[in-house]
Amino acid sequence: MDFWNIISTSLTTAIGPVAAIYVLAAIGLNMHFGYTGLLNFGQVGFMLVGAYGVAVGVGTFGLSLWVALLLSVACATVLALLLGIPTLRLRADYLAISTIALAEALRLLYRADFARPLTGGVYGKQSLAAGFIAANPIPSGRYGVAGVEFSANQLWTMLVAWALVAVALVLTWALMHSPWGRVIKGIREDEDAVRSLGKDVFVYKMQSLVLGGVLGGVAGAMLAIHQQNITPDQFMPQVTFYLWAMLLLGGAARTFGAVLGPMVLWFLLTAFDETLRSLLTIGALPFLEGGDIGALRHAFVGLALVLLIVYRPQGLIGNRKEMLVNVK
Amino acid sequence: MSSEASAAQAADRMAGVEPVPGVPKPDPILKATGVRRTFGGLTAVDVEHLEVQRGTITALIGPNGAGKSTLFNLLTGFDRVDAGEWSFEGRRLNGLGGHRVARQGMVRTFQLTKALTRLTVLDNMLLAAPGQVGERFLGALYPPAWRRQEAVQRERAMDLLRRFKLDAKKDDLAGSLSGGQRKLLEMARSLMVNPSMVMLDEPMAGVNPALVQSLLGHITALRDEGMTVLFVEHDMDVIMGISDWIVVLAQGQVIAEGRPEDIRSDERVIDAYLGTQHDEPGRGGEAARDAEEEA
Repeated sequence: MDFWNIISTSLTTAIGPVAAIYVLAAIGLNMHFGYTGLLNFGQVGFMLVGAYGVAVGVGTFGLSLWVALLLSVACATVLALLLGIPTLRLRADYLAISTIALAEALRLLYRADFARPLTGGVYGKQSLAAGFIAANPIPSGRYGVAGVEFSANQLWTMLVAWALVAVALVLTWALMHSPWGRVIKGIREDEDAVRSLGKDVFVYKMQSLVLGGVLGGVAGAMLAIHQQNITPDQFMPQVTFYLWAMLLLGGAARTFGAVLGPMVLWFLLTAFDETLRSLLTIGALPFLEGGDIGALRHAFVGLALVLLIVYRPQGLIGNRKEMLVNVK
Repeated sequence: MSSEASAAQAADRMAGVEPVPGVPKPDPILKATGVRRTFGGLTAVDVEHLEVQRGTITALIGPNGAGKSTLFNLLTGFDRVDAGEWSFEGRRLNGLGGHRVARQGMVRTFQLTKALTRLTVLDNMLLAAPGQVGERFLGALYPPAWRRQEAVQRERAMDLLRRFKLDAKKDDLAGSLSGGQRKLLEMARSLMVNPSMVMLDEPMAGVNPALVQSLLGHITALRDEGMTVLFVEHDMDVIMGISDWIVVLAQGQVIAEGRPEDIRSDERVIDAYLGTQHDEPGRGGEAARDAEEEA
């Protein structure tokens, strides 16, 4: 078994474009859940409309990528308003139910037969990133050290995705260290108390939902660009739950929790996959077949979550004191 | 103004006001007419007319399930009425949400204290300051626009914390405070809003007896500063001790109001608290249900 190969592959995934995309979506979820206390179980829905903003914009209407990106942001905003206007005046659970249902309904809608002229139906849309690749300033070749290597195009996607992450981090940090963030955190603690002090709780929750949703939408758009093609069935509900696992692993309500969580979980997932795979190839696991790895991976995430909640409920960099203040 | 002087002034204002339900006051800050709220078949609140005199401490009392908390919720915009209208400082409040009512200057606290537990004590205070530029989404992103305002509010918050003897706790999480300290914090926090009327829902509930005196002092201090106080309470000693006027609610209706000495001898009040109605079948179920609602 080649340990270094397993480690370098895992590292590549942990800092690669997909991890950056998940970080972006997790920052959005952190805004919703970590700071505002909104239970969004449909972050994948925001990623879907964001990805299809690019897919439909570039693939169907032949718009330029930058216009399509604006379309992604607009779609995510509309989705947040659609979700928020009816549910944010109600108790927290209504948003939770609506998000999980609407995200799944959207996937079915985008893959439906009648939507094919627009979205490509089950086949999705292809060749979406020509404009993005054309704008790549990095000379072609492979870059990296000791097995952690990327092609010029991957590096370009990474650069843009991590730059977007940096912008999102600065934005959330600045907001959460302002009076606006104080109101948002107050709403997480007790929205009636905040209302009794003269703050329009609904407006704040709506702003948070839109902001986090747009970050999810941008993550989806970057996914479309990174893969260059997109199908609806990439946006299954488990994407949302991976994001939750990542956020809780990193530490909710911490600026870098949403960064660390996805990176660590992608590292662990890849290490898990690669270890199993290499054990399979040397015949150490005769009772397993290649197809079982995917199933075991889900079980692994479940186990990791259970262990996390038992031994470190605040996540890797969460604040234990803050976490336990309500558990007296 | 000293406490005696303001108590005397409050008594003065109420001089000549007949102790009958719904009686008009010389200078009412809050007026409610025909306010009704039903839950299914149960009429929780049905207040024909109620006025609260400016600059007084008015107590709202009544047996369990009388509708005191429901009336509080209705008046402060935390519940919707089925009928009726009410006004504060001459402005109609019908249909206004809780945050709008608070901005008019009528600020409430809650029976179950709502300290924002994972915020520091100081942040709890600062959150309540009105009209902050940095609370707007775009304003928040440009700190120079709100730094100065924040510093001013911080001063004010620290003054209030000192007055409520919480200044040493300013950087602690509010969740680490004791029950009594949370009540103090909630009261201090409501003052950050600059209210002209404070509505206290059972300010003494669950407070250790040593703190009760200090809380009472703070409540009379509010009146001494010219604020109007309406509070719900169960402890008769407390009520008789500090109230200028008492309103008695039973089964959602105002059955009596008057000065403490009027109420003490009022037969309807004694009936409502101890009287025959409690023996009627079915009454217990209703009371239990209301108690549940209040909890």
